[in-house]
Amino acid sequence: MDASTSLTGGFADPVFAAQSVFRAVMDCMARPGTIGTIGSEATAPGALGAAQAAIALTLCDADTPVWFADTLASPALSAWLAFHTGASVAPDPTTAKFAFLGLGGVPHPDFPIGTQDYPDRSATVVIEVSGFEAGEPFTLSGPGIAGTQPLSVAGLFPDFRTFWQANRAEFPRGIDLILTAGTRLVALPRSVRILD
Amino acid sequence: MYVAVKGGESAIENAHRLLADRRRGDRSLPAITEAQIVEQLSLSVDRVMAEASLYDPGLAALAIRQARGDMIEAIFILRAYRTTLPRLAVSRPVDTAAMRIERRISATYKDLPGGQLLGPTFDYTHRLIDPALVGEPDVPEAAVAEVTGEPVMRVADILAHESLIELEPRVDAEPGDITREPTEFPMPRAERLQSLARGDEGFLLALAYSTQRGYGRSHPFVGEIRIGLVEVEIDVPELGFAVSLGEIRLTECQMVNQFKGSAEKPPQFTRGYGLVFGQSERKAMAMSLCDRALRAAEYGEDITAPAQDEEFVISHCDNVQATGFVEHLKLPHYVDFQAELGLVRRLRANYDAARAAEPEDDSFEEAAQ
Amino acid sequence: MSAVTMSEAGTNFAYLDEETKRMIRRAILKAIAIPGYQVPFASREMPMPYGWGTGGVQVTAAVIGPDDVLKVIDQGADDTTNAVSIRAFFRKVARVAVTTHTAEATVIQTRHRIPEHPLIEGQILVYQVPIPEPLRFLEPRETETRTMHALEEYGLMHVKLYEDIAHHGRIATSYAYPVKVAGRYVMDPSPIPKFDNPKMHLSPALQLFGAGREKRIYAIPPHTDVRSLDFEDHPFEIQRFDEPCALCGARNVYLDEVILDDRGGRMFVCSDTDNCESRQADAQKETAA
Repeated sequence: MDASTSLTGGFADPVFAAQSVFRAVMDCMARPGTIGTIGSEATAPGALGAAQAAIALTLCDADTPVWFADTLASPALSAWLAFHTGASVAPDPTTAKFAFLGLGGVPHPDFPIGTQDYPDRSATVVIEVSGFEAGEPFTLSGPGIAGTQPLSVAGLFPDFRTFWQANRAEFPRGIDLILTAGTRLVALPRSVRILD
Repeated sequence: MYVAVKGGESAIENAHRLLADRRRGDRSLPAITEAQIVEQLSLSVDRVMAEASLYDPGLAALAIRQARGDMIEAIFILRAYRTTLPRLAVSRPVDTAAMRIERRISATYKDLPGGQLLGPTFDYTHRLIDPALVGEPDVPEAAVAEVTGEPVMRVADILAHESLIELEPRVDAEPGDITREPTEFPMPRAERLQSLARGDEGFLLALAYSTQRGYGRSHPFVGEIRIGLVEVEIDVPELGFAVSLGEIRLTECQMVNQFKGSAEKPPQFTRGYGLVFGQSERKAMAMSLCDRALRAAEYGEDITAPAQDEEFVISHCDNVQATGFVEHLKLPHYVDFQAELGLVRRLRANYDAARAAEPEDDSFEEAAQ
Repeated sequence: MSAVTMSEAGTNFAYLDEETKRMIRRAILKAIAIPGYQVPFASREMPMPYGWGTGGVQVTAAVIGPDDVLKVIDQGADDTTNAVSIRAFFRKVARVAVTTHTAEATVIQTRHRIPEHPLIEGQILVYQVPIPEPLRFLEPRETETRTMHALEEYGLMHVKLYEDIAHHGRIATSYAYPVKVAGRYVMDPSPIPKFDNPKMHLSPALQLFGAGREKRIYAIPPHTDVRSLDFEDHPFEIQRFDEPCALCGARNVYLDEVILDDRGGRMFVCSDTDNCESRQADAQKETAA
């Protein structure tokens, strides 16, 4: 384990950084399809993106088991997460509160989607994509959107539409998605519909 | 010309100043100290610590002083402070079998190993107001037997040897924490007991009393009450052994209840449990009666009484929540009252109009109500 | 903790510790993702009593940052004692800028009203909620109401409203009037007068609701469909006042009835003090010009 990378890469000013990152995530969650930017730098060992690292530092702690996709997982990353947040790696996908996936990553079918009584007990899944300029175009609608909202995503896993339709069909259960590209992010809460 | 009331900020400031003045009272009298409160009003201190869920006599005394002796206000102040504290470690479960006993009585056995020890109790004092206490009388030292330090066996364990009382298997899973997780019903017993332990003494006392009067009767016997000091230990993984943080005073009550048996369970005694910070026998007994009443469903008993109703008891036993919500009614509600005024005026106008139109119809009045 | 993030009061920035803020922030995100659903959260004891805005204060504390401008109202007014007290609390523990002007605020914490001045994109309205469960007065048990929400079984609420119509010829609920959010969850809008209900519908602002004692957080994202429950033959309607505000002349605003003497003298003035004062100032400017 590389201790040096695990002890560094946290927020320079944890209190205000967490506040600003949270506000960026909240704004995106409240306005699905709009692109937000993470203003505070965080660096994790391996391939975890800058926004992904910042989200982990902002929202994860001892109460939130975290799942890393195989392409991201490493002892150094687990140590980094534990040192900076107190969170532990989820032993299996069913216990994940947060999940971080690399480029092209597909959400595990066993991520919790909550129950009909407690739909909030579901995973928030953070997937790295290559960008929001080009790529597959989507038209979104739903709470948080006046009319419709266009979104382009490059580097998302194939058959995303089918996956999302299935997720939307479970409403109010379902996972909530955050797509990240470097320091930028877009949120797709479960309430969003993809038109066309 | 009407001018809206202004100056909330200075009004609040002045009110706080007046409060501080009244708190201090007559300046020609010496101010009381926290140490005096800890030493001489120790049962008040114990109650504040218990219901605030924070064991710190000095801070509890300070809260009592700050609250001008208002217990629920003091509990609230200490709780609000508790919330700001980081959770540094989780202690091992305290071992009340190893308690350094100050008082221990059983109502179920005349004599038993370890004996009956009355301790510092109001029981058998005649409640005659005592003019001799006025001023600063000399109080002779107490005559106490030497503490042997021998563990005193628990009465429940005596019954357990005969398999006549329900077994409580050891559970090593970490219990939930009602101060860190939202409540969810039905509640595991561990969390229910946490709620009761910080519940209002008066509320639990009244509920416990109601079970004795037939609202959820449970045929209770005081198996044992013990008061004394127990060690609080935490495991330190780096050291590989537990470290003692010191001792705290606890009151434990094991209520033994008759149970005639059901289709699934044999006839046996069942338990109600009470455990409270400090010396508070009334609270520990009330808690154990409520605990047993709330276990009705476990034993297939009909839930007919308030004390057996988990949502009712747990949702209303917290005096900090209760006092806040009851007292919030004194905040301004004039926007909603205006809405109600408008509604009642319209309903009243309809009513009067309908009456004027149909003066002969007697049946109308009933319908309109 | 760095000295910079310690507030004047000696507590963390915005009073709450970071662990508590994270817990609340996670609840807020889930609340936004499931509009109108009440997310349970481990509400903390606050240094003000339960029932006095502890839920709203916790939500505000979890959201607010050093660049925010905070407005706090109670009954529509910035100068009611509890609003003054909460505003002073945040000035002390978060050193944020405060304002009484709706248009200048980024975060508005409210009890019982929605400002008259239309809210805009980017603003956050935080409601203090006493009883978050709209079905509570029909069914006191949490276990039962939870199931009703899960099954989207809201018949009981419609029966109650219809009984009102049968008895009184109209729906006799004048505040805390239930709404359906995004076509799914029936939600308590907090005890705002039903006059304010239409302002929630498709609002460009983010609306967050905090119930401290009852340990629930819920949300309405911007541009979300919010319908007040009603019937085809008895459509939802809001309160109307016969006269304008006696101070600023505004119509179509919510008014407080002020008793002037003991002989039945009364006048009606704006409940929203900021809106009223701005209108009076504008009128004066016009006269001067």
